[in-house]
This record gives sequence, C-alpha cells and structure tokens, in this order.
Amino acid sequence: MALTLADVEKIARLSRLSLTEAEKAQNLQQLNDIFALVEKMQTVNTDGIEPMAHPHEVALRLREDAVTETDHAAEYQAVAPEVRNRLYIVPQVIEE
Amino acid sequence: MTAYTLKQAGELLQAKKISAVELAQEYLAAIDARNPAINGYIILDKDKTLAEAQAADARIAAGNASALTGVPIAYKDIFCQTGWRSACSSKMLDNFVAPYTATVVQNLLDAGMVTLGRTNMDEFAMGSTNETSFYGATKNPWNLDNVPGGSSGGSAAVVAARLAPVALGSDTGGSIRQPASHCGITGIKPTYGIVSRFGMVAYASSFDQAGPMAQTAEDCAILLNAMASFDNRDSTSLEREQEDYTRELNQPLKGLKVGLPKEYFGAGNSADVQAALQASIDLLKAQGAELVDVSLPQTELSIPAYYVLASAEASTNLSRYDGVRYGHRAAQFGDLEEMYSNTRAEGFGSEVKRRIMIGTYVLSHGYYDAYYLKAQKLRRLVANDFQTALQQCDVILAPTAPTTAPKLGSDIHDPVQMYLSDIYTIAVNLAGLPALTLPAGFGTDGLPIGVQLIGNYFSEAKILGVANQMQQHSDWHSRMPV
Repeated sequence: MALTLADVEKIARLSRLSLTEAEKAQNLQQLNDIFALVEKMQTVNTDGIEPMAHPHEVALRLREDAVTETDHAAEYQAVAPEVRNRLYIVPQVIEE
Repeated sequence: MTAYTLKQAGELLQAKKISAVELAQEYLAAIDARNPAINGYIILDKDKTLAEAQAADARIAAGNASALTGVPIAYKDIFCQTGWRSACSSKMLDNFVAPYTATVVQNLLDAGMVTLGRTNMDEFAMGSTNETSFYGATKNPWNLDNVPGGSSGGSAAVVAARLAPVALGSDTGGSIRQPASHCGITGIKPTYGIVSRFGMVAYASSFDQAGPMAQTAEDCAILLNAMASFDNRDSTSLEREQEDYTRELNQPLKGLKVGLPKEYFGAGNSADVQAALQASIDLLKAQGAELVDVSLPQTELSIPAYYVLASAEASTNLSRYDGVRYGHRAAQFGDLEEMYSNTRAEGFGSEVKRRIMIGTYVLSHGYYDAYYLKAQKLRRLVANDFQTALQQCDVILAPTAPTTAPKLGSDIHDPVQMYLSDIYTIAVNLAGLPALTLPAGFGTDGLPIGVQLIGNYFSEAKILGVANQMQQHSDWHSRMPV
C-alpha cells in the first residue's frame, strides 16, 4: 500500500513538522521507498513469537521516595528561549 | 607526531617523561594544523583543555593519579558536558551549552582524562556517512573525497588521523563499528546496559550504547574499564559487579571456536572486503582457532525491523524538542502549534525529519500491529538466531560493512541505499550484544577495511582478547594515513 500526499501531510502534522511543498513531494517518494523495504517483514511468519521491546528482561528499578535532587532551576532555565519568574513562556493558549 | 596509543601516553605520563600540559599542547597544535581539512572536531576550547591538563599534572605530582590521568580524549558531540556546547551536530541544539555532564564522561573526568574537544557526527546520530551534520561532513583522513562513515564519524576520523589517542562514540545501529571500520581503527559496542546512557542525547533508547574508539583492542579494554558503571540515573543501567575487561587480552587463540555466518559472506560484499575476511580467517586458523559454519537467517530483515523500531523510539524521544525549554525556537509563529512545527521544521535536518515521520507513522492508529509489533517480533527472532549460533561457537567473525567508505555525496540522497549498507551491524543492536571491529586490510582504493567480532552478552573481555591476539599477529591497526 503506497502512501499519498495526504498521508504525508497527516504524518507531518502528527510529527509537528511544517513541510514545504517540495519537502512533501520528496518525502512521499522516499517514505514509499522505505516502506517497500519495510513491507518485506510480512514475508516472515511470526505467529506465537513474543514481541521484544528491550534486550534484557528486567523490570524497572524502584527507589526510596526521598528527595535526591537539589534546585537546578537557574542552570536549567539559563538555556531556555524565554523564561519569566521561573516559568517557561509560550504563546497564549487559553483566552483571557 | 601525536601517534601515542592510550597505553603509551599513560606510561609516558606515569614515568613523568611528558606532562599532561605538554601532551595536550602537542595534540592541540596537531589539531590546529590538520583538523580543518578533516572537520573531525567541531568544538574546541583550549583554555578548558589546558586547565584540565594542569589539574591532571597536579594529581600526578601529588601521587594520586590513575592510569588514565592526563591522557587526552575526544568526545562525540552526543555526550553532555557541563560548560561545553553539546549540539548533537544539530541546528536544534546549536545554542545548547549543557548544564550537566553525562555519567560516562564524568567517570573519565574522575579518572583524570583531559578533554581535547567534541567531534562531528550525523545529526542526532542518524546517518551512516556523517553528511547529515549541521556542521558539514567530516572527511575520511585516508582520502578526503570519501566519507568517514557514521554516525560517530568525527571520533573515528580524529583517532585515525592521530589527533586523539582515543575517543568516545555511541552505537545505535553500527555507529561506532562502521566508521571505525571505514577509518581503520578499533571500536567496541558493549552489551546494552553496561555503560550509562545518562547525559547521552537519546536517539533510540533500547539500542543506544556508548563505547570506546581507539587504535588497539587493548586501549578499548582499558578505556571500557573506566567507562562502565552502574548508574541509578539510567533506568536501563545493569546492576553488575565491576569487571576487568583487560583480563583475557593475553589468552591464546588455540581451541577458540569462531563462527562464520553464511549470510554474511555472500555476494553483497566487495571483493576486497571478502579478501580481508579471508585474511582474518587465515590468521585465526594459524593461531589455532577452529572455524565453524553458523547461520543467522533473519539478517536481511533486520534492516526494516531496525528502521521501524529505531524510528519509532526516535519520534518519541525527539518530541522533547519543542522550542520551549532549550534549543532552537523559531522567530516567526502565530500560535503554540505553529511555534512547535516551525521550530522543528527549522531545527531538524531532512534525515531526522524522515525518521521522525517513519516513527510517527508506524506508531499511529491502524499501523501499530502491522509495523511496530511485527518488527518487535522480528527483533526476538534475530536475538534467538544469535543464541542458536553462539551455542556452536565462542565468537562470530563477520564483515563490518559490505564495502570500503563511499565517496562523499554518493549515499545521501538515497536513504534506502544508506540503510542497506548497515546490514552487518544492526542485528547486533537489535539483540543488544557486544561487538567489536578491528582493521583487517585495505581495499583496492587504498581505504581501510574492518572485520567484526560478535560475542554473547557480557563477553566483552573475550572479544577484546581475541582482537588483541589478532593485533599481536598483524599490523593493520598500526597503519595510519599520511
């Protein structure tokens, strides 16, 4: 099943990527080439095979519910595009 | 000439035949002279380097130095280091000065190693040629018209050009081994979980693993000893006893069973790669190793399985780049949605966008089972194949790449072609196994060829030992570009 330009636009929107018309066309071609390769996976019978998410079968570790970090807000926010009163500033999303 | 191995540099420092400052100055001068043509280092900070070297000298004078104190090292631009721009070779992080240090880098700083600079890479480690870097491609030191491989191409190039004794790389689908092979050096991807991922910019978290890149297997073993540690801050770090990865370096090869997977010795290899493999087989035989035929049936399908899974993880990991907390933010936007999509459109290069889109698609409603789950099942089959093969042998010998390094510009416009060239490295990452590449010959084009040794989980000491024995009986690893 080949992707259409509308599919590419939908994927780009879900990915939060604005693409130019030229980029859309190029991605349509390249994604279809890549998915032709991906389709080959269907030639293998994987009935009854347990999906493998991770190399080691280990459970996530738990730790004591205790404070281990100190306040790094000043260092971490020094690299932010816009900060005021220790808050990250973004365009308004809720009407006043 | 700055051609020291890590071991040689360490011995000179310990014997006080050279100071850490003198050694750093030698390397910085060589970098000034020869890096511009190669573009291996993208970030240098001489004041910081020399300050670290002075501290190392003070430590040596005080008598509390480790074997690594004062030895210079280069870091791939993927490892965060406080005070250094840590850009992952992306426009997205071009203005990002890390506020914290990766655990693996901290381990080496604690050992007293001296930071020479940060090395070029494919953007967010996505690429096999180094050409997707925001800072321009690294050139192969053996021939400036060729790529160094990727994604740790800068690290491979500076070690090959003797502009650093050792470097750190990271390997998600072959990103240490393939450039090491293309540049004629030795590199190892350890078992997943041995080296902390904390502070290493995430690409595909169930695959990413840092490892050493050096002239020799011995240097890789020494460096890995200092790199590996259990880290509470990495949720997939393995809690294990510290081990000595140098312990099998002097183990003779007599009686070693080496598996040759038939799928790796086929028509896909160039004649010179095939010849280098044969030379390695002959060398192993001459040292008393025994060869066994094995099979890894899912080799070909490991490519689509890898690109589905790694892209899915990448699309999730890279959703953090939204122009809010750090990194690039677009200058022009209306609402919040547009701020996200313009920021990401401007900050990411085309290969990164492509993988984000592949990942978004395979994780989206209606395609999850057909692609993502299917790929996870194939991942299990690939891992099972290795377990079957490794019951018949101690290590597997394989090519690292089907050809020598391609010319600059030859793969970059055809992603499928680039993905297919990863055929011999990515199965190892799907399984999470350790694998090493070592120089094993040269192509008719004069470019180096590497071969790979793959072992079972936690068999780093064994494959490092086999590689060291091969290097004791050959000299490919000591060749360097003019």
